[in-house]
Amino acid sequence: MNLDAKVPGGPLADKWDRHLADLRLVSPANKRKFHVIVVGSGLAGASAAASLAELGYQVSCFCFQDSPRRAHSIAAQGGINAAKNYQNDGDSTWRLFYDTIKGGDFRAREANVYRLAQVSANIIDQCVAQGVPFAREYGGMLANRSFGGAQVSRTFYARGQTGQQLLLGAYQALERMIGKGAVKMYSRHEMLELVLVNGRARGIVARDLVTGEMESFAGDAVVLATGGYGNAFFLSTNAKGCNVTAAYRAYKKGAGFANPCFTQIHPTCIPVSGDYQSKLTLMSESLRNDGRVWVPKAHGDSRGPRDVPESERDYYLERKYPSFGNLAPRDIASRAAKEACDDGRGVGPGGRGVYLDFSSSIERLGEQAIRERYGNLFEMYERITGENPYRVPMRIYPAVHYTMGGLWVDYNLMSNLPGLHVVGEANFSDHGANRLGASALMQGLADGYFILPYTIGDYLAGAKLEKVDATHAAFREAEQRASAQLNTFLSINGKRSVDSFHKELGHVMWNECGMARNREGLQRALKKIPEIRAEFWENVKVLGSAETLNQSLEKAGRVADFLEFGELMCQDALQREESCGGHFRTEYQTPDGEAMRNDHDFTHVAIWEYQDGAAPVRHQEPLDFEFVKLATRSYK
Amino acid sequence: MKLNLKIWRQPGPAAAGAMQSYVANDVSEHMSFLEMLDVVNEELQTKGEEPIAFDHDCREGICGTCSLMINGTPHGPKRATTTCQLHMRSFSDGDTITIEPWRAKAFPVLRDLIVDRSPFDRIIASGGFISAPTGSAQDANAILVPKPDSDLAMDAAACIGCGACVAACPNSSAMLFTSAKVAHLGLLPQGQPERDQRVLSMVHQMDLEEFGGCTLFAECEDACPKEISVENIARLNRDLIRATVRDRGQVHVESGAG
Ligand SMILES: Cc1cc2nc3c(=O)[nH]c(=O)nc-3n(C[C@H](O)[C@H](O)[C@H](O)COP(=O)(O)OP(=O)(O)OC[C@H]3O[C@@H](n4cnc5c(N)ncnc54)[C@H](O)[C@@H]3O)c2cc1C
Ligand code: FES
Repeated sequence: MNLDAKVPGGPLADKWDRHLADLRLVSPANKRKFHVIVVGSGLAGASAAASLAELGYQVSCFCFQDSPRRAHSIAAQGGINAAKNYQNDGDSTWRLFYDTIKGGDFRAREANVYRLAQVSANIIDQCVAQGVPFAREYGGMLANRSFGGAQVSRTFYARGQTGQQLLLGAYQALERMIGKGAVKMYSRHEMLELVLVNGRARGIVARDLVTGEMESFAGDAVVLATGGYGNAFFLSTNAKGCNVTAAYRAYKKGAGFANPCFTQIHPTCIPVSGDYQSKLTLMSESLRNDGRVWVPKAHGDSRGPRDVPESERDYYLERKYPSFGNLAPRDIASRAAKEACDDGRGVGPGGRGVYLDFSSSIERLGEQAIRERYGNLFEMYERITGENPYRVPMRIYPAVHYTMGGLWVDYNLMSNLPGLHVVGEANFSDHGANRLGASALMQGLADGYFILPYTIGDYLAGAKLEKVDATHAAFREAEQRASAQLNTFLSINGKRSVDSFHKELGHVMWNECGMARNREGLQRALKKIPEIRAEFWENVKVLGSAETLNQSLEKAGRVADFLEFGELMCQDALQREESCGGHFRTEYQTPDGEAMRNDHDFTHVAIWEYQDGAAPVRHQEPLDFEFVKLATRSYK
Repeated sequence: MKLNLKIWRQPGPAAAGAMQSYVANDVSEHMSFLEMLDVVNEELQTKGEEPIAFDHDCREGICGTCSLMINGTPHGPKRATTTCQLHMRSFSDGDTITIEPWRAKAFPVLRDLIVDRSPFDRIIASGGFISAPTGSAQDANAILVPKPDSDLAMDAAACIGCGACVAACPNSSAMLFTSAKVAHLGLLPQGQPERDQRVLSMVHQMDLEEFGGCTLFAECEDACPKEISVENIARLNRDLIRATVRDRGQVHVESGAG
């Protein structure tokens, strides 16, 4: 497996500019001759597809929803980081870079993260030009808020709907190019196979989810922008459709999967209310700017929150992390909530919850100010729980939220398979072992607007591609494989629904590969998951046909992939014998319960290579820290 | 609680559909409406019946995918709430609930409760954007936007494109949807250069799709889960008159121009 990261030499601050100067260019007249397939229309996919089309490439773009505007990016609430230093509070490219590297617990590539911080400012400019209605001050300037893991205010936001507004900006840019005929959009299409010809990514096979037709699409390069795989846990804050299928099927074709065990558990979500629960709802991290997290000091205290006097409350984040307080990074805040609940001090049904209390902010700033900042989030909370958070504190609990792992890419965002590029949450690149809030939107748009459009040109200019169209035998073979799988699902005719298997897997993943992991638990999971999978292939029940819109059939393919991929996540978690960021192995902790890294043995990216019928092979990309010093992360 | 459901079933776009009755037992008040349907579907499958197809994704009220006509009202009885955010505490034991797809000529049924809303995408493609190719932007704070304008633009931009406005309208007009985008972009300084062209193109495209005309019933505003105001329709109409008078818009053959 070729894992050359192709990081350019020279000083950190000059790498990207030098690289840009060195990249080969495709002339305007030749761009028209290249066809790029973009799978995904979230922030990363829509921005990439629109930008590539603007440059003159022929683009086809795919999404499984009924419109590109509905990609999961739409749900992001809190904001997007950028090193603009508009607040004059000492922010800089270096500081954003350092916060991100440190937030990721020193498990990301320096050069990529620095570039991310560099282009962050251009993203805000671009979005404002498109008409994204970011929050503003009375003078007409852009407003900022602070987010976890940072001591400056660098987060730009559009009420509690930042992802929506950024995605609509990218979507409108994409629709503009669709209107001009420069992008061909395939909504309600699901990619099921990546097609390689002579070792290069040359196209995909996708199923039309309305007619059931299997179709081949050939091109000169493929871009996966297919999002994260948090739904391996069944319950997560991700949209119901989010899945690992595109990435996993590329992995089965030889693309390396990097750090699959790096998942982020978000500290502020609405707790589970029953076993019918179908998803978990995030309450934006921005709430921690004005909400204080606490549990009663006493075990099993069953009084209502307003009856617990101040002196009997434990504001545990403020106590343990005085300098960051309620804004401690996500992994730390999540683990602290779990500890408090494990300790028998949790609140609400089943004791799996902690309070997020706004009463002191309401007292200090008035209810109106709080309503202006978080009105829509408060309403959402009330709709779901039936409780009014202006009167009683919210109850929150951590939930699976984001996946830092993903397909391995080099500095050019290309996987080890030539021609296969991966952008957004689907790649592994910038967040290390833990992502800071408001950095996913930044990364998705950095990749799509400002990095991929340049680097893909270098590939196309140098690749010397032979002519390949969808009649090539490789496409027939891939179509047949995909159809055969669907027919198998339909023919099993067992007793259990697809969802019941997904839930069962999710349960195992949450218990053994969730917020805290250890050898025994992971080994249990590695025994259990193949059993669930075996039963799935014997006892799943999928009704209907493959020639119509069939939602359980779609889901069956996704769950089949999760059932293999979950095992890979546990394998990766088992092999990484250290705690770092969101990966907390209970065997590796300091006496006061903080994560203990093992820099000597694990300052590397773990990359998994698929083997047909055998255990996957683990490769390493060493992480060289040339410009920052590896430090123990402290938010105390 | 126990509920009687009457649900539209239609095997495919060309097939005939009909209402069918189901019973939902043991419904908890904490369930969301879609979770209630999940449970019904689980039971149907065990009995060997194909599950009811319905559109959904985020289940957080933001993606605009869910789209059910509940007892004749888009997204059901609760104001400013999408179907996925509606909880069963809004219903009582023994209630009969009818569930249908959006009804509009421009939104043909694909299966059961799922409709085709692609006309909305085409309306945006015709002009619902600001032409700002990647890399061409100046510093963000070089454009000052008065907070009130920015707030109003954001109010309009909050549209989730679900189509409830069309489903609620006796004429099946797409005016609220279209006007929300015209207003969002037209209220901002960045949106001025293309303002005339935008409204002309979008209204033209809206007419090409099979939406009805707007006669200001304002049912759309009541049905909108994001409370998009009909004032946006007034803004669109003003822009349309202005643009037509200035006669800049020999209606462009090249869609997406402007
Ligand atoms: C509730 C919530 C709130 C968040 N808030 C924030 C925030 O405030 N700030 C922040 O920075 N980040 C936030 N995040 C994270 C951030 O939203 C995501 O990481 C980011 O939007 C992912 O963008 P993407 O373009 O990579 O993928 P997505 O937006 O997930 O898009 C994936 C696309 O791929 C398509 N696709 C997937 N598989 C296939 C297939 N097989 N065939 C065809 N198409 C396919 C989908 O249709 C979709 O178009 C939040 C996440 C959640 C869940
Ligand atoms: S499912 Fe996304 S708005 Fe209802």
